Amino acid sequence: MKILVNGAWRETQRCELAGALEELGYGGSVVSTAVNGEFIAAALRARTTLADGDRVEVLAPMQGG
Amino acid sequence: MLKLYEQTIRSRLMLGTARYPSPAVLADAVRAARAEVVTVSLRRESAGERAGQAFWSLVRELGVRVLPNTAGCHAVKEAVTTAHMAREVFGTTWIKLEVIGEDDTLQPDVFGLVDAARILCAEGFEVFPYTTEDLVVAERLLAAGCRVLMPWGAPIGSGRGLNNLFGLTALRAHFADVPLIIDAGLGVPSHAARALELGFDAVLVNTAVAQARDPVQMAAAFAQAVEAGLAARQAGPIEPRDLATPSTPLIGTAFRG
Repeated sequence: MKILVNGAWRETQRCELAGALEELGYGGSVVSTAVNGEFIAAALRARTTLADGDRVEVLAPMQGG
Repeated sequence: MLKLYEQTIRSRLMLGTARYPSPAVLADAVRAARAEVVTVSLRRESAGERAGQAFWSLVRELGVRVLPNTAGCHAVKEAVTTAHMAREVFGTTWIKLEVIGEDDTLQPDVFGLVDAARILCAEGFEVFPYTTEDLVVAERLLAAGCRVLMPWGAPIGSGRGLNNLFGLTALRAHFADVPLIIDAGLGVPSHAARALELGFDAVLVNTAVAQARDPVQMAAAFAQAVEAGLAARQAGPIEPRDLATPSTPLIGTAFRG
C-alpha cells in the first residue's frame, strides 16, 4: 500500500497506523499524527485503518517562536 | 507575580526557541534570560534524523514550561488540528494560537483567529492568541473564552519595537485586568523595557535574542530590561509634559533680586 507520509510517498505492508509508523521507523518517537487532515490520538493509532493514497502527517517537537 | 490561566509566573520574559546558532546556545540563552516559559512548535519529523526527539530532550532538561504555537497555520482547521496535536505531544492545554493572514507581514487573520479561539476554548484549551492591538478583536477573543492576549509589537522578526504606541496604550487601558503579553517585533531590550513601563505584563522575544551576535548576552540584557521596566511601572512614572519645570529649587537662587 502506498501512503503519503509528510509529503513523500512511502510503501507500507501494515494497514493500521500504529504498525505503519513502526515499519517506517518512527517506533519509540514522541510524535503526533494526523490522517487526511484529521488528528489521530496515540491511543487510536492501533485502531486506525489506512487506505491506499492516505495522507499521513507525523509531527514532532521543533523550535518555535 | 503574573497569573496566566491559574499558573503563577515570576519571569516577565518569555523566550522563543527558534533560529539559535546551536542547541547549546539556545540552552544558555534560556538560562541567561531566566525564562520560565518558552515557545515551541511542531514540524514534520524525519524517521531517519529524529531531530524533534533531540530538541524535546533539550527542552525537558531545561525544566521550563512550554507554550506550543500553531505557527505557519493559515486556516482555522489547520490551527485547530495543530493545537490538538500539540496538546498530545507537549502534554499541556496551553496553546499560542496563530492564524496567519498575510505572508509579507505575518499579520494575524483576526477573523480566523477568533473562530479558532472559540473552538479551542470550548474544548478546554487555554488559548494565548497572537493578535493585533485592535480593541474590537480583543473583545471578541475575550468573549470567545481567552483570558490572556498577545498583541504584536511589530511584524514577527522585524525588530521594530512597539509600532503603534497609541493603539497599544489604548489596549492596555481598555483591558486593565487582562494579562497582555507583547509578542513579536521587539528588537532591543529598550523595547521590552518600554512595554513593561506601559503596563504590559510580559514580553515574548525570539529573533532579537537568537539572531544577536551574542544571543546569551542579549538574553541577559532583555532579562534586565524587563525587570527595569516592571520596577519603573510599579514605581509610578511621571506624566510627560510639554514645558520645562526646574528640578533644582528656585528658592535662594543667587544673583536674583
